[in-house]
Order: sequence, then structure tokens, then C-alpha cells
Amino acid sequence: MIGLGHYLVVAAILFTLGVLGIIINRRNIIVILMSVELILLAVNINFVAFSVHLGDMVGQIFAMFVLTVAAAEAAIGLAILVIYFRNRGTISVDDAAVMRG
Amino acid sequence: MIQALVFYLFAGIVVASGLMVVVAKNPVHSVLWLILAFFNAAGLFLLMGAEFLAMILVIVYVGAVAVLFLFVVMMLDIDFSSLRTQVSRYRPLGIVLGLILAVELVLIGGAWALGDLAVAARMAPVEAKAGLTNTQQLGTVLYTDYVFIFQAAGMVLLTAMIGAIVLTLRHRPGVKRQSIAQQNARTPATAISVERPTVGAGVDTSGGVQSLTNKAGVQ
Repeated sequence: MIGLGHYLVVAAILFTLGVLGIIINRRNIIVILMSVELILLAVNINFVAFSVHLGDMVGQIFAMFVLTVAAAEAAIGLAILVIYFRNRGTISVDDAAVMRG
Repeated sequence: MIQALVFYLFAGIVVASGLMVVVAKNPVHSVLWLILAFFNAAGLFLLMGAEFLAMILVIVYVGAVAVLFLFVVMMLDIDFSSLRTQVSRYRPLGIVLGLILAVELVLIGGAWALGDLAVAARMAPVEAKAGLTNTQQLGTVLYTDYVFIFQAAGMVLLTAMIGAIVLTLRHRPGVKRQSIAQQNARTPATAISVERPTVGAGVDTSGGVQSLTNKAGVQ
């Protein structure tokens, strides 16, 4: 059996890669959304690892809810991206300040 | 032994493909690396014995979310090269922040997991029942203790679906559509006309059938 620490390290690295992706791809919102998916995947790995190693099923239940919310977030995010691109012809996040009221 | 080998294979590929998602120049390649990362994370879940979540990950993430990303990236005609002009500016900051975060996370996780307090510190755990598969165990917990949260998750998905449709729906002017109400409201009086044209003159329908009916006075 692989220890809990191994999975936590993998999840930590994946989480860090997601944050790194948000910082270095600051203008490309598609890659930012993908980085958010990576972060949520790391969270799910943490949930499942703790659930299995502590013998508590609730971790897997909540991993499923995280998955649900991630799917909804991707759908809404991409819909907003599509209409933003339709209106402005670019997806550069820097220009998004024109949306402020 | 073989378990450790499989773990390091999956973990290595998931980390490498996660890195490629972040640094790939072409977003289409990013999406493909993301799919590889999801597949290998599903392998990690299988290794832990959470086979239901592994399958959900493959079906929902790879089958729906990643393909959605792929659709959007490929359908929108986006000039990606202009978006990468500032990448090098943020790279040192990103690497420093990432390193700090990674070290902290590993320290927290390692300290917590290596201490022997973990199992003793848990509160009111829902133990897995013996003799049931992982899917059955999840079902017995999800549809009893967490049924209201399950319903709320359904509402979240419904909201996302309606939101995505409302956001992206657009009515184009000048497109001919069927209007069933107008079709059903047609009567012979408004739809047909009887003409007695003189030989060789024909019937002038340039003004439409309605004007023709009025002109001829035929009911």
C-alpha cells in the first residue's frame, strides 16, 4: 500500500502547477481555466487519499461534489469566454476591465 | 513492489502532463495534456481503491469537460501568439511563488501524515461497510446522509446548463424560422384567391396574395 504522504506530495505538486499556470499565463483565460481544473484535480486527489487512508467514505462523496462544481464552472466559464470573444474579438484578460460598471 | 512501480508511473505522468498544460505554447496541446493528466489521475484513484470516482473522472472530465475545452479552443478563431507576449515577464514571479507554495504544502502534508495523530484525530467517520464494492458503499452514504446535498448538486448543474444556454443563445436577424401559431391561424380567406385573368395577361402577384385577394374582392 502506498502511503498517504506520497499522494499528498503528488497533489501538492499538481496544485502548485495550477497556481503557476494562472500566474504565467495571465493573459490567456483558456489556460487559466485549465489551471483551475488542475487545482481542483489536486484537491480531489487529496480528498480521495485522505478518505481511503482514514477509512472515511465522506471524502469520496465530497470529491464527487467538487467534480460536479468543477464541471459547472467549466461550462459557465467557457460560455462567458465565448460571448466575450464574440463581442470583442479577443480573449485577452487585460481588456476585461472595460466590463467594470 | 509492483504497486509502487504503478504509483510512480501514474504520479510521474500526471505531474509531467500538468507541467505541460501550463507551459505548452498551443492551447490545443494544453487540452490534450490535460486529458492525459486526467487519465493518470484516474489511475491513481484506481490504485487507491476509489474505482467509482476513477470512472467518473474519465467520463465527466475527459469525456465532457476536456472535450468542451477542445471545442471552444478550436471553434474560436483566437490569435494565441499575441497572448503570450508577456509570459516571460511573469515567469520568475510565478516560479518563486510556486516553489514557496510547493514547499509549504509538502511540509504541511508530510508533517501531518507522518505524525501518528491522523487516524486518532478523525471525528465521526463514516466507515466503509465490509462486503460491498466501492460504488455500493458510495451509494449507501450518498443517498442517505447526503441526499439533500446531492439534490443541491443537481440544482448547481441545472443552473450551469441554463446559464450557459442563456449566455450563448443569440437570435440572428434575417433567418427564416417556422411560426406554428401563424401557420395555424391561416384560413382560406387569407391564404387563397380565385382569379379570372384575361387570356394572355396572367395574374400579377408582385404585391402578394393578400393584396390580390383584396383587389379582386373574392371571399
